[in-house]
Amino acid sequence: MANTKSIAADSQIDIESIRKDFPMLSTKLNDKPLVYLDSAATTHKPWSVIEAVKTFESQHYATVRRGAYKLGELATTQYEGVRKKIAQFIGIEDPRQIIFTSGTTQSINLVAYSFGKRYIQAGDEVIISTMEHHANIIPWQIMCEDRGAILKVVPVNDEGEFQMDEYEKLLNKKTKIVSVTHVSNALGTINPIKDIIFKAHSVGAKVMIDGAQSTPHIGLNLKELDCEFYAFSGHKMYAPSGIGVLYGKYELLEDMPPYVTGGEMINLVTFERTTYTKPPARFEAGTPPITQVIGLGEAIDYITKIGISNIEAYEHKLLEYGTSVLSGIKGLKLIGTAKNKASILSFSLDNVHPHDIITLLDQDAICVRGGHHCAQPTMKRFCVPATTRASLAFYNTCEDLDMLVKGIQKVQEVFS
Amino acid sequence: MSYQSELYQQVILDHNKNPRNFRRLEQGTHFCDGRNPLCGDELTLYLNVNNDDIIEDICFYGSGCAISKASASMMTTNLKGKSIDQAKVMFEEFHKMVLGEFEPDQQEHHLGKLTIFMGVREFPSRTKCASLSWHTLICAIEKKQETSTE
Repeated sequence: MANTKSIAADSQIDIESIRKDFPMLSTKLNDKPLVYLDSAATTHKPWSVIEAVKTFESQHYATVRRGAYKLGELATTQYEGVRKKIAQFIGIEDPRQIIFTSGTTQSINLVAYSFGKRYIQAGDEVIISTMEHHANIIPWQIMCEDRGAILKVVPVNDEGEFQMDEYEKLLNKKTKIVSVTHVSNALGTINPIKDIIFKAHSVGAKVMIDGAQSTPHIGLNLKELDCEFYAFSGHKMYAPSGIGVLYGKYELLEDMPPYVTGGEMINLVTFERTTYTKPPARFEAGTPPITQVIGLGEAIDYITKIGISNIEAYEHKLLEYGTSVLSGIKGLKLIGTAKNKASILSFSLDNVHPHDIITLLDQDAICVRGGHHCAQPTMKRFCVPATTRASLAFYNTCEDLDMLVKGIQKVQEVFS
Repeated sequence: MSYQSELYQQVILDHNKNPRNFRRLEQGTHFCDGRNPLCGDELTLYLNVNNDDIIEDICFYGSGCAISKASASMMTTNLKGKSIDQAKVMFEEFHKMVLGEFEPDQQEHHLGKLTIFMGVREFPSRTKCASLSWHTLICAIEKKQETSTE
């Protein structure tokens, strides 16, 4: 049987030193060491990010893009430096294509609103999939209602995989945009987005990808993928909360109206008329989350230092280990068994509701998520009201999963 | 080593496993769908109230966690034969008890064995599970058709 040491060595991951990098991992709850298995919800922060935030706030903090004084200029340089870093991290050249948002949710809302307002007419069609997070359903639903457009949904099979043949049937000349998740937060499925994007383009549709769950785990090359929009969040990739990213092709961004309006997104304001500045500033009204941007830059440095392909390899082996030990529990059913999966283990347990599971596991300081994971249509598809979800990051170990298994067995004793 | 908890006492586990009055009522006078969007608990509560405002029959159906199911089961057991006014008093006491605003061991109360749910106070994220059936009761009495804990 695999163990942390062997899979870490295979993936060139120095797990001991990584765990020391994350102070939260050595904290205790109820006098028990924390077993954190909820990284798909949010991740902990390494010291380097915490220190970068502290240093910026205590020594370099100033507003960006406004002040002509030195401190503001230096802060702006640092802030814009992160935009370049992100561009590089996702494999594109032009940092003007990076818009800072508050998170994936806001990024998707921005596109649904602005793209919809500019390009969607009555009778047009928008495609999403059954496995979407509510954040990639509701903005499109509202936009379709407003514009008189039609929302179409690609089904998933029993393993939780995107049904490509059904997708092909839905695509037609009326399809204006396809918005699907790269990795399902509730099932772990990694979608074949390259193929999805290619097929959408063949009917002239644009593509938005929800990358909230993929960016921390999978190396990206957006230039090669060629999607029009890609969204992700900082707090799911070891950065502070409150910062997210929207990547968009520049010619589209340039053509789209602003979403949130206010300061710093204008050329000229009179009471009769306002002209807007170019992207990305057009979409960044108000004072941005400056410190959080600095934190995100540092988190990207940290991920890059560990190596995203090493992270991917280690997490995959951890997923294999977790799948194997959980599958050994009688009465446990994994929900989401796609061939291509990220490190998310969603499951149901006979006769025990997820909320009872998490309350009891919590007594052993084991943090897992129970609920519908903001994906009610996905739960409905699998005929469960909710699931329990353990989600892994590269700071997790086989021992964390062993603790989970022991905990689940104890839950079963209570409910036997 | 096993899990021990003030919350998951034997009575609660028993009502979860064998919920009482767990059925639908076709010809009831009142009903309401209750939902806890946070957990996905869903239950429908049915009542048959006579002309003297006495609850002649009360039952529920749906899916939920052990706490919500046991709470609904014990609530229906306790409310059968009571008047609507008595039910409203019990709702107030129960609701305040789980929030820690009513102390049944220090104050006069009408909750009987339902005080077992006092343990839920230690688990703030679960108080809504315990009170879902009670909120649904009030909604049914007020002749609304749907309620939510959020």
